Amino acid sequence: MGTERRDETGRPAEPGSLDRRTFLKQCTVAGPILLVAGRVAAAAVKGTGGYEAKDHYYGMAVDVSKCIGCGRCADACKTENNVPREPVYFRTWVERYVIQLDGTTVVESPNGSIDGFPPTVSEKGILRTFFVPKLCNHCANPPCVQVCPVGATFSTPDGVVLVDKEYCIGCRYCIQACPYGARFLHPETRTAEKCTFCYHRVVRGLTPACVEICPTGARIFGELKRNSPLARFMRFSKLQVLKPHLNTEPKVYYADLDAEVR
Amino acid sequence: MGLKGIPQQVTRLALMFLLVGVALVAARHYFIPPTFGQTGHYRGAAVGQIVGQGIKYAGRDACTECHPDIVEVHSRARHQTVACEACHGPAAAHIENPAEVKLLLPRDRSFCPRCHSYDPARPTGFPQIDPIAHNPVKACIGCHNPHTPVPPNTPASCAACHGEIARTKAASPHAVLPCTECHQTSAQHMDTPRASTPTKPATREFCGNCHATDAKSPREIPRVDLASHGGRFLCWQCHYPHDPEVR
Amino acid sequence: MRRSGKVSGYIYPNEIELQWGLLIVLYPYITGLVAGAFILASLERVFNVRAVEPTYRLALLTALAFLLVAPLPLLAHLGHPERSFEIFLTPNLRSAMAMFGFVYAWYLAVVLLLEIWFDYRRDLVLWARRERGPRRWLHYLLTLGATNISPSALRFDSRAGRLVTIIGIPSAFLLHGYVGFIFGSVKANPWWSSVLIPIVFLFSAIVSGIALVLVLYVFSALVRGKSIDMLCMDKLASFLLYALIVDFSLEMLDFIHRLYQSEESIKILSQLVSGRLFMSLVILQVLMGTVLPMLFLALVSPAFHGKKAIAPTADELRRLVYLGSAILIQIGIFSTRWNVVIGGQLFSKSLRGLTVYKLQMLGVEGLFMTLGLLVLPFIILFVLIRVLPPWPEAVAVETSHEAGDPAVVS
Repeated sequence: MGTERRDETGRPAEPGSLDRRTFLKQCTVAGPILLVAGRVAAAAVKGTGGYEAKDHYYGMAVDVSKCIGCGRCADACKTENNVPREPVYFRTWVERYVIQLDGTTVVESPNGSIDGFPPTVSEKGILRTFFVPKLCNHCANPPCVQVCPVGATFSTPDGVVLVDKEYCIGCRYCIQACPYGARFLHPETRTAEKCTFCYHRVVRGLTPACVEICPTGARIFGELKRNSPLARFMRFSKLQVLKPHLNTEPKVYYADLDAEVR
Repeated sequence: MGLKGIPQQVTRLALMFLLVGVALVAARHYFIPPTFGQTGHYRGAAVGQIVGQGIKYAGRDACTECHPDIVEVHSRARHQTVACEACHGPAAAHIENPAEVKLLLPRDRSFCPRCHSYDPARPTGFPQIDPIAHNPVKACIGCHNPHTPVPPNTPASCAACHGEIARTKAASPHAVLPCTECHQTSAQHMDTPRASTPTKPATREFCGNCHATDAKSPREIPRVDLASHGGRFLCWQCHYPHDPEVR
Repeated sequence: MRRSGKVSGYIYPNEIELQWGLLIVLYPYITGLVAGAFILASLERVFNVRAVEPTYRLALLTALAFLLVAPLPLLAHLGHPERSFEIFLTPNLRSAMAMFGFVYAWYLAVVLLLEIWFDYRRDLVLWARRERGPRRWLHYLLTLGATNISPSALRFDSRAGRLVTIIGIPSAFLLHGYVGFIFGSVKANPWWSSVLIPIVFLFSAIVSGIALVLVLYVFSALVRGKSIDMLCMDKLASFLLYALIVDFSLEMLDFIHRLYQSEESIKILSQLVSGRLFMSLVILQVLMGTVLPMLFLALVSPAFHGKKAIAPTADELRRLVYLGSAILIQIGIFSTRWNVVIGGQLFSKSLRGLTVYKLQMLGVEGLFMTLGLLVLPFIILFVLIRVLPPWPEAVAVETSHEAGDPAVVS
């Protein structure tokens, strides 16, 4: 496709887009200004050069065998989205599994992996050990959207589940309903919050911060219904989702996922 | 006495309910946000508000315009999958104002081990070191240019990238055996590891060189009768050669 | 909620803080009392159980007092109580919680207030005629101006009240059943997700409601220096016993079913019950709150043998046993709510770990707030009893010239 550079992390570079510098100036400065001026058109998203949600449908894949548990993704997410730094609020985190020869499994995620992991048991006792990144699965059949009493959380046409923090009443039913522990109550806004696939980046042709930062390409983001690095990955990998028996239809697909992972 | 035979209770109650009903309808009209229901059961304006959030990470292509030489080198080296911002921090503000907003330049020895310190959970083949033992006190960037992190000396042992295997083997009866005893590797393997993989022993006789009952090998080595033991399987299909006594 | 130091095993990082605390334990407890008290009242009205007639109006006022307090713990718990009206404006019809506002409004307006109104209307008119000052105007206002107390109007009241009660019984079931459904429909939580939860909630509501009215009846009789109608008490106690037996059977069924199926969550849930919840579930809920009262009531109440009990006792002793059982039941039902709400959040959805709930003393989610919210309905009940006395001697006796003369008041 011309001079577009593609790697495993799946950055869709839009043909004919403005050069990055000007684009970013628009996003960081003009975005909020544009919001205040005039009403938003129902379909196109303002300030994004005419982004149409119905032309896209997003998902993510995680290649478990590539994750090195460095925690840069969790750190970048907190930076990009101004998530409180206390170790109790995470939009994404990485777990380390140590499956031992005696059959016990030890799982940990100290501060969501942001400060790294402590040394593990000696190699002699290990059967398998690996890292698993976790995040909101942006389910196609989301139980959190189903239970929200007021319509403060919703699925966009492009497959991203978002929370309207101006409308959320803070009842926390969605947090109870999420089987993956992906949601939390923000201590300042007192509304529910979770991973948004960095929607504010995605509508401008960027990838989520965690995908951007992952040094090994363990996280792959892109279009599910069009040619994209994600679609290609899904062709060549055997995929699983978390808790399939709950029929939430998650859109985060794990390659090389172990049976011990919940 | 009621209205045309309707009991008084009913008329009074009906009036009460009517008043409440009117109040509710009015409330709905005035208080439901105008964009609610536009694209679904939610406030349409919420999407615009969410999208208006500021961007902190500029993305991989953002650095090319001002730093083309570094990007050129970096894109062909081992760290090509590592984003500039993974080490240098969020760059959107720097692009806005390059003169006043400077990025992180991690030079401390504690920085690189976040990815490269040894952890058995890290995938095999990923270069790992023991941060305490590996060239103590020296800065990592003293030997490794982070944009092309080729080690100054080609690692002689496989342990540099296969730490877990090396450590497991080092504590096992096969500790004395070098990796090359059983695996043939070409020089390509260091450059394109997955394209040029090392060999594995292809016959039972290979292990039999040491372990067969009639093998000419040191007496401490456990023997097994190849004719009757293990049938048609290759030895390593049951025994883990890096720690042969483990299950 | 601060981070606890007593996490065992692995929990998802976001699960360290419990989201639903003591206030959410309080809510099903209060609505349970409402539903239970109402169902007791309806026993007399619809099923003509004459024996419990002395408690009829008291039960209705109790239900109203508690129903008025019921939304308060929820409002206190919300992150944005000022936005709570959104539930009425833009309810998500797929959400069980959204239905709360409507079920509550229906029950309050169409069932409880109407039933009280139809039952009291005649007395309100007569009281208004005879009183002076603010009390007169208050009672007149409450009649909504419908001051006709001719025999045909009163017959209408009686029929309408009966109709409202008939609608009211399934409404009471709905009021508390849907609270059970709010928990039971959450597939993410194996402790909550169960078909039985709405039924268990309902029967434990009936148990707690009857027990509450029993306590209030005894207490009010003692305070007013009136004698206690033992026939009424015996009847209340036997209904309490029947409801307790059904409630216990349902809970045992749930327990046996879980153990037998031995589904994936059984390991962590067993750890939960034998560890974190041992005191509140095995001791408080089952032993002290269900088995013991059941035993006492089965022994002394004439529930099964007509007029004779298994262990016949003198009236005063029996009264004490009833009172004691009713109080144990309240503790037991409160523990039940605690075990469901808090218990469901003490284990991780990863099924690999347990956490603790740090009960705060002060603050909106604190113990003192909860105690205050538990006391408030009794204060409201006190006020309601002043305005709408439920005692037999307060019922206005008509003089012949007042009847059938609507012109007297207005």
